[in-house]
Formats: sequence, structure tokens, C-alpha cells
Amino acid sequence: MTATPGPTPTIVLVGHGMVGQRFLEALAERGLTATHRVVVLCEEPRPAYDRVQLTSYFSGRTAEDLSMTDLAFLEEHGIELHIGDPAETVDREARRVTARSGLAVDYDVLVLATGSYPFVPPVPNKDAAGCFVYRTIEDLLAIEEYAKSRATVGAVVGGGLLGLEAAGALKGLGLTTHIVEFAPRLMPVQVDDGGGSALLRTVENMGLAVHTGTGTQEIVVGGDGAVTGMKLSDGSELATDMVVFSAGVRPRDQLARASGLEVGERGGIAVDEQCRTLTDPHVFAIGECALAADGRVYGLVAPGYEQAQTAAATIAADEASFTGADLSTKLKLLGVDVASFGDAHGATADCLDVVYSDSRAGLYKKLVIGSDGTLLGGILIGDAEAYGTLKAFTGSVPPVSPESLVLPAGAGAPAQLGPSALPDEAVVCSCHNVTKGTIRNAVTERSCTTVPEVKKCTKAGTGCGSCVKVLGQLVNAELEAGGIEVDKGLCGCFSQTREELYEIVHALRVTSHRDLLDRHGREDARGGDGCEVCKPTVGSIIASLAPTIGASGYVLDGEQAALQDTNDHFLANLQKNGSYSVVPRIPGGEIAPEKLIVIGEIARDFGLYTKITGGQRIDMFGARVEQLPVIWARLVDAGFESGHAYGKSLRTVKSCVGQTWCRYGVQDSVRMAIDLELRYRGLRSPHKLKSAVSGCQRECAEARSKDFGVIATVGGWNLYVGGNGGATPRHADLLAQDLSDAELVRLIDRFLMFYIRTADRLERTSTWLDRIPGGLDHVRDVVVHDSLGICDELESLMSAHVAYYRDEWAETINDPEKLSRFVSFVNAPDTPDPVVGFVPERDQMKPDLPLLNIGMRPAQSMEAALEGSAQR
Amino acid sequence: MTLALETTDLKVRLQLTDAWFTVCDLSTLVPGRGVAALLPDGRQVAVFTDRDGGLYAVDNRDPFTGAAVLSRGLTGTHRGRPFVASPLLKQRFDLETGQCLDDDTVRLTTYEVKAA
Ligand code: SRM
Ligand SMILES: Cc1cc2nc3c(=O)[nH]c(=O)nc-3n(C[C@H](O)[C@H](O)[C@H](O)COP(=O)(O)OP(=O)(O)OC[C@H]3O[C@@H](n4cnc5c(N)ncnc54)[C@H](O)[C@@H]3O)c2cc1C
Ligand code: SF4
Ligand code: FES
Repeated sequence: MTATPGPTPTIVLVGHGMVGQRFLEALAERGLTATHRVVVLCEEPRPAYDRVQLTSYFSGRTAEDLSMTDLAFLEEHGIELHIGDPAETVDREARRVTARSGLAVDYDVLVLATGSYPFVPPVPNKDAAGCFVYRTIEDLLAIEEYAKSRATVGAVVGGGLLGLEAAGALKGLGLTTHIVEFAPRLMPVQVDDGGGSALLRTVENMGLAVHTGTGTQEIVVGGDGAVTGMKLSDGSELATDMVVFSAGVRPRDQLARASGLEVGERGGIAVDEQCRTLTDPHVFAIGECALAADGRVYGLVAPGYEQAQTAAATIAADEASFTGADLSTKLKLLGVDVASFGDAHGATADCLDVVYSDSRAGLYKKLVIGSDGTLLGGILIGDAEAYGTLKAFTGSVPPVSPESLVLPAGAGAPAQLGPSALPDEAVVCSCHNVTKGTIRNAVTERSCTTVPEVKKCTKAGTGCGSCVKVLGQLVNAELEAGGIEVDKGLCGCFSQTREELYEIVHALRVTSHRDLLDRHGREDARGGDGCEVCKPTVGSIIASLAPTIGASGYVLDGEQAALQDTNDHFLANLQKNGSYSVVPRIPGGEIAPEKLIVIGEIARDFGLYTKITGGQRIDMFGARVEQLPVIWARLVDAGFESGHAYGKSLRTVKSCVGQTWCRYGVQDSVRMAIDLELRYRGLRSPHKLKSAVSGCQRECAEARSKDFGVIATVGGWNLYVGGNGGATPRHADLLAQDLSDAELVRLIDRFLMFYIRTADRLERTSTWLDRIPGGLDHVRDVVVHDSLGICDELESLMSAHVAYYRDEWAETINDPEKLSRFVSFVNAPDTPDPVVGFVPERDQMKPDLPLLNIGMRPAQSMEAALEGSAQR
Repeated sequence: MTLALETTDLKVRLQLTDAWFTVCDLSTLVPGRGVAALLPDGRQVAVFTDRDGGLYAVDNRDPFTGAAVLSRGLTGTHRGRPFVASPLLKQRFDLETGQCLDDDTVRLTTYEVKAA
């Protein structure tokens, strides 16, 4: 650094939390780190980390993953960071801070960013062994250790945002979890009664016990002084091994109080709109420790970031002010979307509510509308898709009726409010206060063409991430409006759509991805390795057309093996801990006792978890990769074959018992289901294919929720297509009526082949039918009336598939070369993966998830690692 | 073009702190697919090769889920650089630097690897 005349002015930051770190970045952005000495006193044993994502530690993020700083940033800007050394006194006369280690630093500017501490209600025994708070990584490590070594039940005091986070963490550790909340509903601050009850039902359905309207009176301890339970205000006692207090936070303003700075009545260091303390112009306070000029202490990170920017700007002698912030939040708590924005509780005079609620589905949506139609705020529970758009419309009159904004799609509410309807001033990203105008400008003036570019350029979407979806829609809309063609290509490697690639592969008989890429890929992708999108897509196209174009129909042959998604590659479904599930085909759901016994024996011998699936067959979970061939050798031996549960291919054809037994049945639905399942098994397609056959209109097989569903009539069969369960349910449409067996099969052959030819990657028949021009009528013209004259070809493609079908597992277990890939480690093929372990549950077993969280710490010796895993 | 005879003799080796550690024969690797290897200290490494014969080695543990599965991910080229996509939640990682392409804050440990 070049020498500046006179001593370099010094900025001291006390507290290296989320807001402190943002402040340092703002200093650097404004060039203040070059003109100032910057000293940071950090109390915790590690530099700033992402507290908001704390709970993700339990889903595998490590403490390092949560870090928000890198040492290179600090070094580059000459920032002096003192870890584990909190400020103990501030002498404002001398302008000197002294830290615990004795380090004394003279400051020109002092910035306090000391955050909050968790509030623990003053109940007896609150400090007993087994009582915890949840704020830092250290808290979390302590909770984890206690839970693993001596707890099976845990209770969280407080059912607010943090309480639910903590409860999620305890549940993730495998504890039976209770939530005790004093208020009559969960998340009392963010949601109203209606939202509270939707949330309650969902949380209870996850197996958590919720006690609302109940206070904690005393922590009960055993002889060893450790927690054994808690006494509740309703007189009952709850047995628990540990207690986590999450009953709110209080600003950490002790340092400020002790040095004579003014604090609010209920805590918080009082500051003005520039975040300068009211008492001393040399001292600033930002984040959760500050009492802002609007009289509020903000407990969210976005307002803290804004304060950090304001303080840095003020120090740089720029104009900035923090006059208050919006408390909008969108969170995923325990996997449930919870959002609230604007005047969520309807505090404005004369406002009205629009409410949609479906308790069964755990949905609750409320909009608060002003008397002039202005959208004032709202609450969304269970589905917060619309959060981004709604929040941005807050304060204006939306262009469509409010009802249509909360009703589920299909309930007479076609009005989908796209972000294109937003005014330019609307704030799209509230973490970084970025308006729609700024985003449009990034596309039109600063030539950003992708979301990542816009993120870099505007910072939008780099905070909580809740606005990224709207961001994507805006970027595309802007590009299209600017006449720039939005790239519809499959991926970064191919400019063609899936349909176009299918035509190329078919017409030119291309049998390898490499050829296709080198000859037809985008210029800069040729010669490369492709990507995770085009490899499986092209692999699937080649597999669908294999017999016709002269490729091997076996998905693990040659280059094909390298193209398959990981599930197809191991012919099994990967589970969250790295183990696999095994699903043998049970055509039509019909299975003889002998075969059931074989499945039972295999599951027992290998200690697999068994479950009847929603597809009328049996899934066995928890197989290690090296066990797959042995398990399948026994299954194949007993006459089973692959169920393709892993493939984008035919899954099951469900059946009802039909005419043979049922008094209402009019056709043999079981036989037809088996015939169809055997005909289309192994057929690779753009997405999975499901089917069902019902014996009469009562529809016990749920055929109308399938890609192709068949319902018996007195005169034959009705064929329905384009049905879907799943995320966006759709009833199938009738394609043709009263078909004979042969007519039915012929129509399905044509329908499936036409779909495989023209659909996009990962497009189910339902979305495909809704997308293609002409819709159902067009498809009927093509497959029933042969309007394109391609039906002969479609049929012959299908008969080639049927003729060439071979069971993938039977082929695999007979091929030593293919089997060699089913090993845990290439250098230790018989050593099981030490992080794949299981723990008992309800007479069976389930993945040992904490084992994944520990990961393989480098210091751990191999013996220790292996010992911990050998559960069976 | 290398002669088949030569390639079968080549071993894939990883640089550990003190020495080069032999993982497997080079011929075991299939372009576009990985293998997992166990290190003496219990860590796991995912080793890959691409169609140009480039070799890459990164930590096998998927930082987003904790499962040791990255060797089973699909590989590819993004802007001329090799990457692997996690088979669980599909985040992509640069194979040379370990940097996660979908989350700036996440990076995998990488290992020096050679065929000799
Ligand atoms: C095992 C099973 C649940 C169960 O315990 O019953 C199941 C399990 C999975 N389903 Fe399912 N689905 C199962 C029946 C269903 C059903 C019911 C049915 O088929 O009648 C549906 C609704 C019907 C439908 O698909 O339209 C269903 C709709 C989905 C969806 C949503 C599809 C959609 O179009 O929205 C997915 C996600 C996807 O495919 O993208 C999915 C994805 C999955 C995956 C593959 C998720 C994954 O990638 O890990 C699960 C893995 C299974 C495994 O590891 O073995 N599963 N899934 C059922 C297996 C049936 C079978 O025997 O093959
Ligand atoms: C589990 C959890 C989930 C959360 N989820 C969300 C969410 O989804 N959305 C959201 O907006 N917010 C959320 N929050 C709140 C968010 O984390 C805080 O608003 C944010 O961290 C505040 O930043 P800060 O820098 O003011 O305080 P902190 O991040 O707490 O940092 C303050 C730092 O100062 C240190 N310190 C205190 N005194 C001294 C001293 N004398 N000397 C040196 N250092 C000192 C402390 O040790 C601490 O490291 C969550 C919080 C938790 C705990
Ligand atoms: S669909 Fe009809 S035939 Fe089949 S089980 Fe139900 S009532 Fe009986
Ligand atoms: S709103 Fe949080 S990142 Fe945009």
C-alpha cells in the first residue's frame, strides 16, 4: 500500500457476523479499505458464516460450507481479523477499544455489529445439562453431540421461525420432537390463525408433536442433574432428554450500554437514519444489535445488509439512509413454504382479506387488499410460488382480480400474473433492493443474457434466493421483447430441441452421442464431453430407436454406459445415503405366493427395507452398490426381471381385479394390464410412462391419472391419454372408445411412438399434450386418422422394440465386464462405503443420516470409520 | 494413438501429502464415468477421465447431502472446462478446481493425479 500523509485513519468493526461481513464488503466496494486501516474483532472461533443456513448443516453442509468469507478477500483488502477475541471495553473519550487478549486499538470510526443473543425464559433449571440455545455453529455442535450420545426425545421451547428451525434440526438428528409454544398458534408473528392451523397440520403430519397455548414452567432434572422432562403450564409433564430454547432474541447492547451509548427501552443501540449512534458521531451500530431510526430492531438479515451499506456509504461521505425495511420473508421451514409480506395481518384501516384455504393439502393463502384495490400484503403457507410477483405488486393495484392470484391453477383462475405486468419501480429482489427496471436495464443496456450474468451485474438473487424464479422470467421476457431469440436449444452443447435431435438420430442413423455432438453440436461444444443434460437425453433417444438405427439396445453397452443417468447406470435408484433400491417387475400387480416368498427371503437375507409402492409392486431399499448383482442374480433366478423404476421408461401398468372376481367388472382388466406391461417394458422415453387398466367405470385402478389409461366397457376398451398424478395432476382425455384388444394395442403403439418422437426432455404426456399445437385433436388426427401418414412407421418402430426387448439385469449379471462396475471402491472392491449405514426403525431399518453429516473427517482413521458403519 | 500394450501398464496415481498413491489401472477408467477410491486415512476420492484422456480427482463426498457419491455423477464440459454433476441433487463441480458452479461458496478438495 502506498503511504498516506499522516497516520492512516482506522475503522474498527466489533462483531464478524453476517452483517459485519456485508459491511466489510461494502467498505471494499467503496475503496475505503485502501484509505483506512480496518480492524475486526470477532468473538466466535471462526470468521463470519451463514447463520440463516445454519440448519443445512444437518443436511450435509459442513461448517466450512457455511463460511461467508474467504481469507483471500481479507488479505487482498488488508483487513486485520482477530478471531476469538471479543471487544471488552470501549473508551469513547480516548476512542480506544480493548479486546479480551489485551489488544487495544485506537479508532476514528467504531462500528458495532454484535447481533443478538437468544432469550432464555427464567424458568427453574434452565441451565441444566441438556438445555441448549440455537444460534451459533458451536451451539449446533453441542446439540448434535448431546443428541447422539444421550437423547431420543427433544423439546423446543418456542414455535416461531427459529423454533421451527431448531425443531427441524432435532428431527433431522432422529429425535422424537416436541414444540412448546406459548401463543395459540405456530409462527405467531408472521402468520394469522388460518395460516397457523394450516402450518400446524403440516408440521404434525411430519410426526412432530406441537403443544400450543402452553407455557414452560420448569425444567425437570434427574439425579445426575441432566434434563428428564419439563413441567408445562397446563399442569402436565412432558418427558424429554433435552431442551432447546428458541423463545426469541435480544439485541447484544451490553458493550454499548457500558460505554454510555443510548439504548432503547427494550434494548437495541439507538441510531439515526445513517446508522450513526444518537450519542456519538464516531460510533455506528448495524444489524440485529441496532435500534433503527424507525424505532424497530430488525431480526432479519436483509434489513441488516441495508444498514451495512448505509453505514459504509456514510463513512465514505456519500448520501444514504436507512428509514425502515419491509419484513417480508419467504422461508422453507421443515420443508414447508412459509411467506409473509407487507401488511400481512391487515392492520391498515378498511382493508379486506381474500383467503383461499385447503387444510387437507396444507395450503393457506391470504391477501390483504385496501379499499381502493391496492394489494397491501399477504400470507402464503404451503405454496409460495407467487411470493416474488405478489411482493413486487405490493403497494399497487394488480392488473387482475386478487381472487385469481390465490386460487390454484385450474380452479377457474386462468389469470397467471406474470412478472411482465410489474411496473419498473417494483422491487423484485428485496435482499439487495433491486427493481425490475434495474434488471431490465442489465439485459438491455449491459448485455446480460442469462440469469447468472444478471446476478453478477445487479446482485439480485444473491441473498436469500427467493426471487430467482421471477428473475429468470424477467430475463427471458426482456430478451424476447428485444427481438433476441431466446435459445430453445436442449443445452449448452446442442442448439436443437429434443424433437429435432430425435429426427437427426433417426434419419441419419447416428448411434453415438460423440458423433452427434461432433457433427451437429454447437460449434464450441464439438470435441467436448457434452453435459449432464444432453448425455442422458441422447442416450434415451438412441435407446428408443436402437433396433431401427442399428444401435445396441442394451443401455450399458459401450458409449451408452457413459451417457446414462446414474440410476440407469447402476440399474437401480440411488437413495439419499448412497445406497440403492431394488424394484423387480410385477406385471399388473399380480404376483403368486411363491414369488412373494422369494422377495421376502431376499429382503430378509440382505437386511433390506421393504415397502409396497404406489405402483402396485414391492420396493426393497438399502442395497449397497456391490450387493446389487448378488441380489439380482437371485431375483433373475426366481423369474423376476428389471422393473425399470430407475429409467425414463415404462414403470407399471396398474390393474384392478376386474371381471374375474369383481361383481361389476365387464372385461378382464388384469390380463390386459399384464399384456400391456409386458409389451412396453423397457421402452425408453422422454419421461417415465405409467398406465393402468380398470375393469369398469368405477375406475379402481385410477387409469385416468395415467399417461395412457384403459377403462373397460361392455363393448371393449376406452383409451384415455395424457393423465398425470404427481405435482400437477391432470385427468386423462378420451382418445377413442369401445376398442377391441387389437385396436387398443395398435393405438397405444402409435400414441407412445408419436410422443417419444416429438416430446421435449422430461416432458410427461400431460404437459406434451397441453403444449403441442392443436393439442388432443391434433394427436387424434395423427394417431387415429393417420393425417401425417406416419402410422405404419410408428407401428413398425414399436414392433421392433417389442421384438428386441431383453431384460437388462439378466444381461448384466451374465457379463463379468459389466459387473466390474458394481464395486464400492475400485481399489477396495469388498470394503463397504463407510458412510452407508442403517439404524433400526419399526421392525426394519432406515438410513443412518447422522453418519452422512459427520462425513469422512480427514483425521479419522480407517478402522474407526469402518467400525462406525457396520450396522449389518 | 497410444498402443494398447502401453496403456494397460499405466496406473492412475494420486498425490497424497507424502507420496504418490496408486488407485487403479488406467484402463479401468471409462471416459465420462468415474470410479471411487478409498485412501489410507479413510477419505474417499472420485477419479474421472474425459474423452481426451484428461485425469481428474476430487473428494467423493457430495457437500450438499453428505453422501459419498460424486464418482457416480455424470461428467461433461461447460465453457471448455470439465465438470461432474452430483447424482443426488445435480449441482455441478469444476473437476479441475473443485469449485461448485451453482454455489460460489462451495468447493471440493481436489487431488493431483497422473498416469504413470
Ligand atoms: C416408490 C414410490 C413411492 C412409494 O413408496 O410408493 C415412488 C418413489 C419415487 N418417485 Fe414417485 N414413486 C412411486 C409412485 C408414484 C406415483 C403413483 C403411481 O405411479 O400410481 C406417482 C403419481 C403418478 C404420476 O406419476 O403421475 C408418482 C409421482 C412421482 C413424481 C411426479 C411426476 C409428475 O409428473 O409430476 C416424481 C418426480 C419425477 O418423476 O420427476 C416421482 C419420483 C420418484 C422417485 C424416483 C424420486 C427420486 O428420484 O428419487 C422416487 C424413487 C423411488 C425409488 O428410489 O425406488 N414420483 N410416484 C412409488 C413407486 C411406484 C413403482 O412401483 O414404480
Ligand atoms: C437458526 C437461524 C435461522 C435464521 N433464519 C433466518 C432467515 O431465514 N431469514 C432471515 O432474514 N434471518 C434469519 N435469521 C436471523 C439472521 O441470522 C440474523 O438476522 C443475522 O445473522 C444478523 O446479523 P448480525 O451480523 O447482526 O448478527 P450475527 O450474525 O449474530 O453476528 C454478530 C456477531 O457478533 C459477535 N459479537 C457479539 N459481541 C461481540 C463483542 N463484544 N466482540 C466481538 N464480537 C462480538 C457475535 O459472536 C456474532 O458472531 C436466522 C437466525 C438463526 C439463528
Ligand atoms: S374398477 Fe370396476 S371391475 Fe375393477 S375392481 Fe373397481 S368396481 Fe370392480
Ligand atoms: S429477494 Fe433475497 S435474493 Fe432476491
